[in-house]
Amino acid sequence: MIKMLANIGKYFIMLGEIFRRPTKWRIMRNLIFKEIDELIIGSLGIVAFLSFFIGAVVTIQTALNLNNPIIPKYLIGFTARQSIILEFSPTFVSIIMAGRMGSYITSSIGTMRVTEQIDALEVMGINPLNYLVFPKLIASITYPFVIALSMFIGIFGGYIAGSLGGYLAAEEFVKGLQDDFIPFHIVYAFIKTAVFGFILATVPSFYGYYMEGGALEVGKASTKSFVWTSIAIIICNYILTQMLLA
Amino acid sequence: MIEVKDLKKSFDDKEVLKGITTTYEAGKTNLIIGQSGSGKTVMLKTLLGVHIPDSGQILFDGRDFATLDPNEKRTLRTEMGMVFQGSALFDSMNVEENIGFPLKMFTKKSNAEIRDRVQEVIDRVKLIDANKKMPSEISGGMQKRVAIARAIVNNPKYLFCDEPNSGLDPKTSIVIDELIQEITHEYNITTVINTHDMNSVLQIGEHICFLKDGKLVWEGNSEEIMKTDNEDIVDFVYSSELLKEIRRFHTGKK
Ligand SMILES: Nc1ncnc2c1ncn2[C@@H]1O[C@H](COP(=O)(O)OP(=O)(O)OP(=O)(O)O)[C@@H](O)[C@H]1O
Ligand SMILES: [Mg+2]
Repeated sequence: MIKMLANIGKYFIMLGEIFRRPTKWRIMRNLIFKEIDELIIGSLGIVAFLSFFIGAVVTIQTALNLNNPIIPKYLIGFTARQSIILEFSPTFVSIIMAGRMGSYITSSIGTMRVTEQIDALEVMGINPLNYLVFPKLIASITYPFVIALSMFIGIFGGYIAGSLGGYLAAEEFVKGLQDDFIPFHIVYAFIKTAVFGFILATVPSFYGYYMEGGALEVGKASTKSFVWTSIAIIICNYILTQMLLA
Repeated sequence: MIEVKDLKKSFDDKEVLKGITTTYEAGKTNLIIGQSGSGKTVMLKTLLGVHIPDSGQILFDGRDFATLDPNEKRTLRTEMGMVFQGSALFDSMNVEENIGFPLKMFTKKSNAEIRDRVQEVIDRVKLIDANKKMPSEISGGMQKRVAIARAIVNNPKYLFCDEPNSGLDPKTSIVIDELIQEITHEYNITTVINTHDMNSVLQIGEHICFLKDGKLVWEGNSEEIMKTDNEDIVDFVYSSELLKEIRRFHTGKK
């Protein structure tokens, strides 16, 4: 417990350190592009794949549960939209990203730690936290685009599954999508996404940067990083939902 | 020249350096030897400023790192080069980029100037056909050459090497040792090397500090170390039965 509190303190100190002694812009710019490519562009494929099929499954499940004739069919489209925009895309996809992005970040920074590359940066007079974490943080600003894509593809997956599977007509699905649309829900979803993006960039960096030991510990650190990143996302999800929607 | 005065460093409750005083002269290969865990790496990293000493003084040609302002600190940093135990090459960069990195970071040199200087040191450390290779694609001996090239690319006044021979075969070790020694003489660098390789000690030990449990228990050069009766040294140098036998044969001492 005390160790956990100490770690949380250390995490916030690290956040401050990221902005000190900045690296030359000419070099930083390239690092940022590289991280966007690795973390964001590199995730699009898996996110699109997952979103399509989960959107489809959510729609089929809803259709199977709403089979009472007095419930209008378009509500299937409505329910699918709500679950995808409010929870599936922002939260569920972020947890999966904690596995993909998170373990990449922890293991790459952790490997640099155990092979003394971080010491090498420090000896050269470079602030390793700025050099390594800042570009990831900036790249994570573009993370909401990933989630926007996930929402579109998820809903598209629902549309295809709903109409191809004969659960409801395509027009009814579209009618449901437009039904009772509350713009603030989109705002809520993207506030969450921005916070999760920040967590995804910084918590795994923390576990990589402060790890000790050798190659074996890099694997352990990645696992720990995944667990704690997911926990942080789930807790923030709860707090933000309570604050913004309740 | 680096003067070290009563240097102390602890981690938590563990005292690792217990008051070390010595002088490292320019143009000489200064060795720190001692068993695993005796504090060699901590000593080197404290000299480099990675660890902050608890007490004592380190003077770099009269400049005390602790009392310098940030600007002067930065200047002093750029005068230091370090060769890490595992080479610590950046694995996202190829050989050329690794070597040019300190220049790109800390000088206003143009890309063409950087390229020329990088090629100059690549030739100096005799790296052949490796410019575009990634660190993982070259042998350990070549990685060491790259690490040395990266350490000297910015013309350092002070060069630190942490076990430059670890992981190398004896022949390659000697080549790397000699390379470091040549460079030290050629550019009049103050070089400090950690090692527990007796070959290096005899080959390039111009000034040797023997550390034991964080204390400096003996100083001298490679000739003196063979003659001393200091028990700790004898124990360290003649570690195997074979070597002890040889010593008995030559000196008649036990
Ligand atoms: N960052 C640190 N935090 C706590 N203790 C440390 C740290 N670095 C080193 N130590 C401790 O200091 C002691 C000396 O370690 P050091 O790495 O300097 O030994 P060494 O002489 O370089 O050994 P080797 O020959 O194995 O490299 C060890 O007991 C080690 O556990
Ligand atoms: Mg060591």
